[in-house]
Amino acid sequence: MKCDQLLALLNDYVDGDVDPALCEEFEKHLAGCNPCQVVVDNIRKTITLYRGGQPYELPLRFRERLHGMLRERWKQKFPGADSSKSS
Amino acid sequence: MRRAKSGDMGAFEELVNRHERRVYSLARRILRHEHDAEDVTQQTLLSAVEHLPEFREEASFATWLLRIATHAALKMLRKRRGLPTVSLEQAAEPADDEGTIPHPEFIADWRENPLVLAQQAETRRLLDEALNELDEKHRLVFLLRDVEGLSVRETAEALELSEANVKVRLLRARLQLRERLTRAFGDESKRLQPHAHAP
Repeated sequence: MKCDQLLALLNDYVDGDVDPALCEEFEKHLAGCNPCQVVVDNIRKTITLYRGGQPYELPLRFRERLHGMLRERWKQKFPGADSSKSS
Repeated sequence: MRRAKSGDMGAFEELVNRHERRVYSLARRILRHEHDAEDVTQQTLLSAVEHLPEFREEASFATWLLRIATHAALKMLRKRRGLPTVSLEQAAEPADDEGTIPHPEFIADWRENPLVLAQQAETRRLLDEALNELDEKHRLVFLLRDVEGLSVRETAEALELSEANVKVRLLRARLQLRERLTRAFGDESKRLQPHAHAP
């Protein structure tokens, strides 16, 4: 396997989705190619950082308005349901 | 979920409390506009009330909401541009996803590990900036797959793309973000030159 071929399989490899036979070749190349090792490591870290990112908070006034609207719509949609448990 | 579907508003509000930030964040990152993201969040959750009885629980509730939010956000993007509603697949230039994969240029170990970096305020700004520099089609795929953690299939369904197309775009997105982040976080003294990477 060459660097280019490794690059094409990069996603499947980091997602644990690569064919076992190819995986062996991939790792064989990786063991002897320092730049490819670093690229794979960089990619994993990139994904880790984005996955671990915190979501944005809803602006408070928008959130209050939104929840009010949802309660109204809920009452229209489920008029007979018990809504006393709502906060 | 069962309680919500039987009309328990409190149960539905618990679900909303758990997922609303993800919906809002996805909309904000797709649209890069606070008020448009609010509109999309509102549309998504109102639509969830409307269609809750039809929710089959084949997907998780979060995935279902993210799919609704993606559709609403894409619709807004197209409206902004004054384009008729067409799928991303149709709108894409056919040649865009072909050709060679961009080669890594800046190759170096990072100075810090992601856990340390994640705690730095500067990192969040940098991650958003790097994401905003991607083409829209690459950003959308990366957001759903890697930020929100949807599967390739779920991402393909939400964006009305083929799985093969999602994979190609995802690879480009990941490589571009790797390049950008490594330029920021890479240890220059341990940099490996691109020529060393040739086969």
